Amino acid sequence: MDTQFIIALATMGGLGFIFAGALAIADKKLRVEENHLIGEINEVLPGANCGGCGYAGCYDFAVNVVEGKAKSNGCPVGGSETAAAVAYIMGEEAGEVVRMLPRMLCRGGHTEAVNKLATYYGPLSCSAMDLLSGGDKLCFYGCLGGGDCVVACPFGALVMGENGLPVLIESLCTGCGNCEKACPRHVIEMHPADRKVFVFCKSLDDPKTSKAVCSVSCMGCSICARKSEGGVVMENNLAVINYDQLDPEKVPFDKCSTRAIGMINDN
Amino acid sequence: MLKKLILRGAFKGGVHPREGKELTKDLQFEVLPTPKTVYIPLSQHAGREAKLLVAKGSIVKKGTLLAEPEGFISAPIHSSVNGTVSKIVKTAHLSGAPKTVIEISVTQPKEPVAEAAGPQKVSATVAATVTPGVSTATEAASVQKVNATVAATVTPGGNTTAEPADATEVAEEPQEKKVAEPENEFFPPLNPKTATKEELLERIKEAGIVGMGGAAFPMFVKLSPPPGKKIEKLIINAAECEPYLTRDYRLILEYTDQLIGGIEILMKITGVECVIGIEDNKPEAIVLLKNKLGSRSDIRVEVLPVKYPQGAEKMLIYAITGKKVPPGKLPVDVGVVMQNVGTAISVWKAVTEGTPQTDAWITVTGEGIKTPKNLIVPVGTPISEILEFCGGLTPEAIKVIAGGPMMGTNLYDYNAPVMKATSGLLVLTSDTSAPVEAIACLRCGKCVEVCPVNLLPTRLSRFSKLQRFEDAEEAGIFSCMECGCCAYECPAGIPLVQWIRLGKKELLKIKAQERKSA
Repeated sequence: MDTQFIIALATMGGLGFIFAGALAIADKKLRVEENHLIGEINEVLPGANCGGCGYAGCYDFAVNVVEGKAKSNGCPVGGSETAAAVAYIMGEEAGEVVRMLPRMLCRGGHTEAVNKLATYYGPLSCSAMDLLSGGDKLCFYGCLGGGDCVVACPFGALVMGENGLPVLIESLCTGCGNCEKACPRHVIEMHPADRKVFVFCKSLDDPKTSKAVCSVSCMGCSICARKSEGGVVMENNLAVINYDQLDPEKVPFDKCSTRAIGMINDN
Repeated sequence: MLKKLILRGAFKGGVHPREGKELTKDLQFEVLPTPKTVYIPLSQHAGREAKLLVAKGSIVKKGTLLAEPEGFISAPIHSSVNGTVSKIVKTAHLSGAPKTVIEISVTQPKEPVAEAAGPQKVSATVAATVTPGVSTATEAASVQKVNATVAATVTPGGNTTAEPADATEVAEEPQEKKVAEPENEFFPPLNPKTATKEELLERIKEAGIVGMGGAAFPMFVKLSPPPGKKIEKLIINAAECEPYLTRDYRLILEYTDQLIGGIEILMKITGVECVIGIEDNKPEAIVLLKNKLGSRSDIRVEVLPVKYPQGAEKMLIYAITGKKVPPGKLPVDVGVVMQNVGTAISVWKAVTEGTPQTDAWITVTGEGIKTPKNLIVPVGTPISEILEFCGGLTPEAIKVIAGGPMMGTNLYDYNAPVMKATSGLLVLTSDTSAPVEAIACLRCGKCVEVCPVNLLPTRLSRFSKLQRFEDAEEAGIFSCMECGCCAYECPAGIPLVQWIRLGKKELLKIKAQERKSA
């Protein structure tokens, strides 16, 4: 009986030694020299693999930082702390990090936007709706309400509101920008968090159509453009804010009958 | 013989939807009174949008060139009415999203009454058909409008008697040289027997003829094969496999000589023999064609069993020649050019009469329309006018589809204009088309059974849904022609075609991005 134990132990132990030796040799001979900076940077990154930086994931971002293709402050999720840590590892001056937040530039929910004669039946996805005559709403520029941005958010920072418009939970948002990319209508835009004035409409329709299809559209009356001294310009029937010259004091918010131009969170 | 028996309509799968053709199959084409305003889209064909040539205020006549082709795959657009360009706007379009259209307000007294049928006959038909429609119409307003339009059309009594009344007004316009000048800008007629191949092809190009089968592919592109490819056979698609539609059937019955003339022109251009593929649910048309053709050996009628999608390009080529068009290839790769019945007739008209493609033949049908009709309408007529002319919608009507029930698009705005390749308007009721709530896939495999191109629709749609677009491409998503057999059969009500279309669109987007970054 004892011999059987001994044989078994000797065989398994022997195999263990042989494989350990092979691994040890392989480690020495086949080792791939990786820049240790990559690992260090990967450590300080958030590890969400959200793709907000434009690379395949955090590790890919780290590789690109080390190769000099990405900037040390390129991670939108980590904020200034991560940027400082990455810059420290790279031995650079920490670049400035501006916190970006997605801004939903359409306020035409179920109650505001006018629906088409036909009702949409099909997959509840904005890109599918966009393909099929653009969902229920008559407006061809506004939010479709299918929730592609909600699905795209890896942090759960967007929820679909009761009015059929996505609502942002700022505390959860990391500014990765996945929602911006997911929106087929380009209604969501990434803006610095301290920007407060927006035109909440994307419609390029003529004034008559804009008014007919939505009660909160920018109708292109251009009152804001005349009063704001260059802060707001009109492009294709739509007020566009020129943030370099904008003075919020001069924007006549109360003159906008549809409240298309306004401060964030003012409704 | 054996080979022929096996081949007859032998594509795999397919479905047999209820035909519904009895509603309009015995009704002659009627001419729609010219509407007050037409909206002519710049994008009426596959390929690039045509380039605008007119501006607000331009005076146009029927046949005036409004937009020229932009790029190789594109087609010119001509005015379908006499009038003045009042606006260039974006309005609803049959493709879904709003597109640029040329709004032309029609000069009423000078309108030409139907060049296709004789003016006397037209007035008679219009008067006869509208009266019963008016009595049943519910809205007083619509009655008024119909009456007014009809009066305007009928009273001049055709082109000839209207001249004296027009004279003063015409004289005021500087562009008009003579009172008796024909009120259109058509091309000089050609004699198909003496004209050269190049002349004929050039005429097809300048007349802006696009395929009327559905995809609206510019015709001259099809007829000019790329170097190294040879056309061996011309197939005329008269299958009309879409349920309800009877346009092609009526065209064969009423325009038989023109059709054969058009085919002869196409045969002259391509230099090959022709086969007319027709489903066996149109016995009168088959008999008529066979009688007319007699013992001609160069044009043959091939009778095919009824099965949707028999009239799909690749299916019909397989049924007639036994050749399969490989995925991602065109019929010309197997030496075939296919044209629709309507397209052949348009060719004949363009050559012998010099008319550009400005009128569309359409079937207005379905259980939801009061009086179904086959109509000749000017391109750009708003759908609402056509529905009104057909007595309006019944209370049960729930949707209006442009095209057939299998591949047509549901309309949300009845102001969308008719285009060159519009084949019909179908109004369905809640009995014939009820929205279904999609449930989970039952794994029954019906969609796989009926798919005529041997795809796995359930798998493709799932890949699309899960955003696994590369997998979808590998599974052959681009071979799907969106015939709708799978969605028609699906007992779970899954919008399979919509998912597949989404997958295709996303894949194209990904590819475009890759090209850009590469």
